[in-house]
Amino acid sequence: MITLTINGKKYEAQKGQNLLQAAIDNGIEIPHLCYHEKLPPYGGCRLCQVEVTKGEKVELTTSCTYPVSQGIQVETETPRVQKARRLVMELILTMAPDSPEIQQMARKLGIETIPGGFPSSGEKGDDCIKCGLCVRACEELVGPGSITFSSKGPERKVVPPFEEEPESCIGCGTCVHVCPTGCISMEDLGRKRKLERWKRVLSMKVCNDCSSAYIPKAQVDYYLKRTGDPYLAEWFDLCPDCR
Amino acid sequence: MNRLTSKSDLERLQKELASRKEPERPVVTLCQGTGCRAYASEKIHNAFKKELASRGLTDQVSVKSTGCHGFCEQGPIVVILPDEICYCRVKPEDIPEIVETTLLEKKTVDRLLFTDPVSGEKFARESEIPFYKYQRRVIFGKNRLVDPQNIEDYIALEGYSALAHALTEMSPDKVLLEVKKANLRGRGGAGFPTGIKWETTRNTPGEKKYVIVNADEGDPGAYMDRSILEGNPHLVLEGLAIGAYAVGAREGYVFVRQEYPLALENITEAVEQAREYGLLGKNILGSGFDFDVKVKRGAGAFVSGESSALISAIEGSAGEPRPKHVNAAISGLWGKPTSLNNVETWANVPLIMKEGSDWYSGLGSDNNPGTKIFSLVGKVNNTGLIEVPMGTPLRTIIYDIGGGIKEGKKFKAVQTGGPSGGCIPEEHLDVPVDFDRLNQMGSMMGSGGMIVMDENSCMVDVAKYFMQFLMEESCGKCTSCREGIKKMHDILEKITLGEGCETDLQQLEDLAWIIENTSLCALGSTASNPVLSTLKYFREEYETHIKDKCCPAGVCKALIRYTIEPEHCNGCGRCKKVCSVDAVEGNKGSPMTINQEFCIRCGICQEACRFNAVLVE
Ligand SMILES: Cc1cc2nc3c(=O)[nH]c(=O)nc-3n(C[C@H](O)[C@H](O)[C@H](O)COP(=O)(O)O)c2cc1C
Ligand code: SF4
Ligand code: SF4
Ligand code: FES
Repeated sequence: MITLTINGKKYEAQKGQNLLQAAIDNGIEIPHLCYHEKLPPYGGCRLCQVEVTKGEKVELTTSCTYPVSQGIQVETETPRVQKARRLVMELILTMAPDSPEIQQMARKLGIETIPGGFPSSGEKGDDCIKCGLCVRACEELVGPGSITFSSKGPERKVVPPFEEEPESCIGCGTCVHVCPTGCISMEDLGRKRKLERWKRVLSMKVCNDCSSAYIPKAQVDYYLKRTGDPYLAEWFDLCPDCR
Repeated sequence: MNRLTSKSDLERLQKELASRKEPERPVVTLCQGTGCRAYASEKIHNAFKKELASRGLTDQVSVKSTGCHGFCEQGPIVVILPDEICYCRVKPEDIPEIVETTLLEKKTVDRLLFTDPVSGEKFARESEIPFYKYQRRVIFGKNRLVDPQNIEDYIALEGYSALAHALTEMSPDKVLLEVKKANLRGRGGAGFPTGIKWETTRNTPGEKKYVIVNADEGDPGAYMDRSILEGNPHLVLEGLAIGAYAVGAREGYVFVRQEYPLALENITEAVEQAREYGLLGKNILGSGFDFDVKVKRGAGAFVSGESSALISAIEGSAGEPRPKHVNAAISGLWGKPTSLNNVETWANVPLIMKEGSDWYSGLGSDNNPGTKIFSLVGKVNNTGLIEVPMGTPLRTIIYDIGGGIKEGKKFKAVQTGGPSGGCIPEEHLDVPVDFDRLNQMGSMMGSGGMIVMDENSCMVDVAKYFMQFLMEESCGKCTSCREGIKKMHDILEKITLGEGCETDLQQLEDLAWIIENTSLCALGSTASNPVLSTLKYFREEYETHIKDKCCPAGVCKALIRYTIEPEHCNGCGRCKKVCSVDAVEGNKGSPMTINQEFCIRCGICQEACRFNAVLVE
């Protein structure tokens, strides 16, 4: 265990932990967007700023990428932190002006309008803030790695490889779940599941009992292949309600 | 060739090479750097060979291809030793005359000598040419003496002696101490003390450690790293091997930008030759020290030269910067302690070993020892790669070495440090150039680029140009860098289009702050310099654009008008002929006028007019 000070109070954290997680575990709120506790820190959104004093050095830094160490002093609400957070949030808001989740976060930070009013660098109505959670979750939590970043600079965007329908996508919806702006849609239309953003359409498996289309076939195949358990096939013949 | 297995083996070879040398024998050295190659210097090589053969002189005169001499603008360059007669812009058809006059009659071919563009004076010897005279070429100077593809050329000039000395007579700690005492600072831009980096790598426990040469040079205007690697690759390898010995590494990497085929070829060849001579590989010179080097080809993005991005690329993942709260010197390549340095930094190491730290720190300015290579370009009379002691005033560089501003125009600013550097105005021309002073002036050393601008440059346009480059080269990971730079660029564009408003400057400053303070890597944290430095020194130029909708330098197309002064126009109609949109109106013989409605402000009419009748407002 490591002892550190956050906003003047002493807390404990585990060795090797990042500062953001340590704060969350201790019930301290630091706004953040590209961090997920199941994934390694990425450091892209730049929102989780804090001020850390270590020895002589005081630095403004992203807490998700900062490894905790004994005796550091952390401030989460100094004027410098608030200024950085507000200006970063304004930039994020220009990328996702229509996302209710982002709007709410911005309002909490006291931002009502975006100054300047220039068009965001993404296409209109895009609402992706390029946090990479979907890309990383798909690759590192689920496995297929069906989406990726393409281009650099303001042209950077998340797409399936070659911007074609990603055959490897199993339609599990993890990306939809982790996306902080809610900009990935997933719709079940009869016997098809559609993920518009990735140009992916999947056929659904039907429950032997109630005939409801309840899971993409590709997802079943993926689980069977990964577990190598032949009895599991039967399990998927019935939907959760009929099992 | 047998492997050299001891220091005395190396010394024996050096003696033998020296005894083979005839000091009076004429040597024709031909610059084969990328600049001169662009002007077909290879043809000149062949022309010399042919001419010498036809006169039966092949046995009496040597012809040697060397790396870049630095004065690329005057290329192809031919220097005839031992008298150092320097010929500029040589063409294959000049060769018979050079052989006849210089090699046989021992006279100079005056028309091929360098002519000072201002005074008209001619100079015969390379070292007398003002461009070279005010330089101190302790690193770059050997380029003109060695054939980069022949290790013996390098060995003959006491090459690898510094390594031999270090391996046989110094402990790694002693080597480290010497580099620390010399206070060598990283030439890759930030000026971080090399000795301290090495010490951290050395003191971090672990069997495996690495040394890396950063030769990813992505700044469009700079090519000093390329020229060292192309022209004198063994100098870098020797420095790298000494560093590896000091930090305890047995493997090294040279990471070369993909767009540098000749550098790749020469360094790869150099590694092979060094291995063959026993200067790399197992048990180097019988010292028990093993060290080998791999050459890696970079992907070519600007940001991949950033240290953590470069390490990712060697490991095979995307060349994107990583968070580094842990130093690469402690946990770098494959998580092992790694000392990564710039090409020029490594090239300084043999010199420090040879001359000692006292001598080295006597060169340069306070806390900034040694020399620095700059790429001097833009509106100066002499352009090229130059090497000067740290602390040389900008004025010496621009006026003595660079020969002053072209066409007698007025100096306006010099941009230093590559794309994310800053612009320095006239009032600071006497400031000595080193890491610390450049930072103080709101610019930086960066890659060592130096772009001189005259009165016809618009500083808002210049800032916009650099922001565009940085915007496109940002890897796009960080919100602040990706979105912030784009916003700054868009505001600058608006201002140059005459659509700027009062709040723009404040917004530029806010954005600059957020990009500088919250980006992950140094591309982001330095990206605001072009704007902040021009705002600092040329604020009124921004204000004129915004308030008066006017571009004082006459650059921003939306804010200027071309008109024809009837007093000067004699109605020749040349302007009318060249205008692609038929905006010039009038009849031959009487003064022309420009229809502003059609004019696209390309300025071609102004270039065409022989009577200076076309004016910019
Ligand atoms: C965007 C960016 C590009 C860089 N490009 C280079 C480069 O091309 N060559 C280089 O030596 N250093 C480059 N650097 C600096 C490196 O990150 C690193 O500091 C340097 O190579 C360390 O060597 P030194 O201590 O010898 O200077 C770059 C840094 C940034 C932020
Ligand atoms: S789609 Fe959502 S999760 Fe994926 S990068 Fe964009 S904002 Fe992040
Ligand atoms: S600062 Fe810019 S270039 Fe550096 S990691 Fe962030 S987005 Fe990429
Ligand atoms: S949560 Fe830390 S940078 Fe995004």
